[in-house]
Amino acid sequence: MKKLLSNKTTRTNTITYLVVTIAFLVMQILSSLGMLGSATKGYLVPLCAYIVMAVSLNLLVGVCGELSLGHAGFMGIGAFTGIVVAAVLKNVIAGDVLRLIIAMFAGGIMAGCFGFLIGIPALRLRGDYLAIVTLAFGEILKNVIGNLYIGLDSEGLQVAFSAGSVELLEGGKMLLDGPVGATGIEKISSFPMGFVLILFTLFVVLNLINSKEGRAIKAVRDNRIAAESVGINVTAFRMKAFVVSAFLAGMAGVLFGLNISSLQASKFNFNTSINILVFVVLGGMGNILGSVISATVLYILPEAMRGLDDLRMILYAVVLIIVMLCTWSPGVKNFMDRIRTSIRAKLRKNGKEAVNNE
Amino acid sequence: MNEYSRKMIKVSTTNLFREQDAGKPPVLDVRNLGIDFGGLTAVDGFEMTIGPTEISGLIGPNGAGKTTIFNLLTSVYQPTRGSILLQGIDTKGMTTSKVNKLGIARTFQNIRLFNDMTALDNVKVGMHNQIKCSFLASLLHLPSYYKSEKKANEKAMELLDFMGLADIADQKAGSLPYGVQRRLEICRALASNPAIILLDEPAAGMNPSETAELMHQIRRIRDTFQIAIFLIEHDMNLVMNVCEGIVVVNYGKIIAKGTPEEIKSDPAVIEAYLGRKNEVDA
Repeated sequence: MKKLLSNKTTRTNTITYLVVTIAFLVMQILSSLGMLGSATKGYLVPLCAYIVMAVSLNLLVGVCGELSLGHAGFMGIGAFTGIVVAAVLKNVIAGDVLRLIIAMFAGGIMAGCFGFLIGIPALRLRGDYLAIVTLAFGEILKNVIGNLYIGLDSEGLQVAFSAGSVELLEGGKMLLDGPVGATGIEKISSFPMGFVLILFTLFVVLNLINSKEGRAIKAVRDNRIAAESVGINVTAFRMKAFVVSAFLAGMAGVLFGLNISSLQASKFNFNTSINILVFVVLGGMGNILGSVISATVLYILPEAMRGLDDLRMILYAVVLIIVMLCTWSPGVKNFMDRIRTSIRAKLRKNGKEAVNNE
Repeated sequence: MNEYSRKMIKVSTTNLFREQDAGKPPVLDVRNLGIDFGGLTAVDGFEMTIGPTEISGLIGPNGAGKTTIFNLLTSVYQPTRGSILLQGIDTKGMTTSKVNKLGIARTFQNIRLFNDMTALDNVKVGMHNQIKCSFLASLLHLPSYYKSEKKANEKAMELLDFMGLADIADQKAGSLPYGVQRRLEICRALASNPAIILLDEPAAGMNPSETAELMHQIRRIRDTFQIAIFLIEHDMNLVMNVCEGIVVVNYGKIIAKGTPEEIKSDPAVIEAYLGRKNEVDA
């Protein structure tokens, strides 16, 4: 164990896993003791989904250095793929957990495929231009899903782009009804499954960062020309980061979608993308644990302040500005560092005195 | 090393491998290379061959097109005219990364390290194509990942040790002193297992003792890895001492070619660097 903790990256990774696990256990215990209200319980699964979204976007924005403003689009693809797959498999697979896992992978793969297709044209661009194009693709994905009609009856799936084209046999059900979205979704997501998905995401992202692929991705971010000069195919690695990120966002979408009874495509709009980006920026670029924590705090905060009505969003904005100042402004950062060192020095002094007194 | 005087250190330029390399095809064969940027001809009619273990130098006044030639050789720019044969293969239309896989690595005039990564990781990025580990194995950290990673660490440490950088392996590349960064860049280039390495002003910003050490290192690199070295340098002491063949360019054209002795006494070279005698008189 000592050897394990001597390596800095291993230590950081272990801390990340530990923090997430402890937080989960605490919530589980509180929940089983009946100390959580039903409203709070309702936030847990979406929170897990947003944490996964933040971590996956951090892979793209923080580690790879590519700004994407369409991440919610991939979440939407995953969500509706997951809803359809879960409904189709309802009579085939009995276990909810197994069905959810299959739906998650289906949603992830679908989002990953779309990530690949969008990546082919989009990744020719860099910086602000890539941000604009991903924003556009995010909106396109949202609108395409908003015009998609999928029905399920005894003969199988029917997919169409207009309401009249889907003619279902008796006992058939509309899974996705264009702008009305999906209704009557069977809730098979659960908080423990959300926790498992977070662990899976952390496992994939942290492993990736600490492998030769991750080094190549970081190298492309730090200095593209130098990375090329040592034989790294820049486009291939940006694509890998993009697809893995989309895949994880798709899985998060499934978790999110199978947790609520009705879901519209408009949920996965620009605002959602920006919210997730805010989690990543405030948590620190490339800082995975930071993303987890900031997603948690910033998701809970507006919900916890519901009682304040109109003041809620103002306070939220103020908190964002303060956190931004503390983490990014050099002046405030220096000030905080000074305070921290002086506190540490005092603690050390007290500790010594305590030892001396004994 | 403080008492070091430039005249004291004289590195032998004899190439121990010349005999065994006789008859082997050149590692780099450049024919009639040229590039235009709009109406400006930056390089024109550049020709040279470099043998498998040769140390060659490229010199010329500022703005002569030396770095442009390096950029052409590494496919950063595509030539307007002419061809580059690397180990007998025409690199026309290839990307920089593909050309690197064929065996050409380089350093940069303005250092381009991965500043946020440790020195060790910089070298491991250089070894990217030598590390055999599939994408899935990397994602899931399968046993093959640990095996390849251990091997990569050992090899990278060996290389760092070779360049005398073993004790700074865990430091961020961006925080290292200038001279050390230059050596780390050479180390990273070596890690990609090249047949020829291009050094763009390796001694720039180094003090005399560091430069003297660099001279020995350049020869040790050739002797140990048995690769060709092609370098741009303004430090004439280094160029004349280390290089077996020198090409001089001015305004994108070759004005002289030959051994250090021939270059030193070439009137065209003296003119390019110092100006014509009668102009000075007038």
